[in-house]
Amino acid sequence: MQVGLTHFLIVSAILFSLGLYGVITRRNAILVLMGVELILNSANINFIAFSKYGGMKLDGQAAAVFVIILAAAEAAVALAIVLNIYQRFKTVNVDEISKMKE
Amino acid sequence: MLEQYLPIGFMLLIGIGFGLVMGKVNEWFGPKNSNEIKLSTYESGMPPVRSAHERISVKFYMVAMLFILFDIEVVFLYPWAVNFRELGWFGFVEMLVFIVILMLGFLYVWKKGALEWTGERTKTNNSLLNKKVV
Amino acid sequence: MYDLIFYFFALITLGSGAVVVFSKNIIYSAFSLLFTFFGVAGIYVLLNADFLAVTQLLIYVGGILVLLLFGVMLTNKVIDVELKTGTLQTVPASMIVAATAGVLCGVFYITDWRIVPSTMEMNATTAELGNMFMTTWLLPFEIASVVLLVALVGAAMIARKDKSMQN
Repeated sequence: MQVGLTHFLIVSAILFSLGLYGVITRRNAILVLMGVELILNSANINFIAFSKYGGMKLDGQAAAVFVIILAAAEAAVALAIVLNIYQRFKTVNVDEISKMKE
Repeated sequence: MLEQYLPIGFMLLIGIGFGLVMGKVNEWFGPKNSNEIKLSTYESGMPPVRSAHERISVKFYMVAMLFILFDIEVVFLYPWAVNFRELGWFGFVEMLVFIVILMLGFLYVWKKGALEWTGERTKTNNSLLNKKVV
Repeated sequence: MYDLIFYFFALITLGSGAVVVFSKNIIYSAFSLLFTFFGVAGIYVLLNADFLAVTQLLIYVGGILVLLLFGVMLTNKVIDVELKTGTLQTVPASMIVAATAGVLCGVFYITDWRIVPSTMEMNATTAELGNMFMTTWLLPFEIASVVLLVALVGAAMIARKDKSMQN
């Protein structure tokens, strides 16, 4: 079967599910972030696949560039929060961090 | 269509192959007469003082974050530079606004002193030294 | 040939993505994330998005991954047992995720996508994208710089706040 739109979409669906699994099951906050990155990547694959096969020229690719940049901003802020939490609670286990302050 | 990526593929293959081959050649033909001094961390220098497996300073994180900032700037600069002539002054002003806004962040981090590389350890060392002198 | 390359990159992406999620050691997860990003960049190339592929390598591999690795090194001692991170709710999570994956794949497979035959040749997208950022996408482009400014200032404040409190 010729590789077409469906193949790319299914790859992105599986990548999304993997990321979702990571977000749900992992205890370490940084691994949760990695799961989020996987999800964002799968969304980007969708954007670009539709950009090619959906006949909307390069609009999908332009959107994907902004997704990548927002992912960078998100990673920077989220990791800063994780570092701060670690300095305060000496753990990055998302289950143990349930208080707003000490 | 995909043929234009052939050089990149070759580059990748050569890179991976070179790394593997050189490592293996060293392993097969290199002389193996190592003694304790040769295996120490800095063969002709100081003995290592502390474990290398401790947490690194937050300052490295700040540098990595600034790196991402300029990384993104380059990503936007490149497609702008490709059709710099077509866009003319309008594009130049747009890019200037973009860069100035990003520079504000850089200046903030600079002002905040996140780039000052004198850590506490050197400071305390200096104070200890001064006490000894006094 | 195209199909073969697609399956190669899909295998890299999904295989290393699975290692990211299922590996017990956080360092292995971080480094296999590198291969996931690389595989996704390859898929971008197949989808006629050369600029996106380079951007992916620059920002994800060069920036975000380094940031994540710094995060790992700043919050774990490398030879610690802590590096092995636990999982929770594995069984219900796998059921939910399997259901999600099944539904998504099913929908993607069944749907009769209206495929517009691509009119453009597979050529460099950089110039075209540059034009778009300066015209149609001008507002998002400028807002992106503001978002980055805010993110940088916020992250700098959050990451360094404790230091002043300890003194």
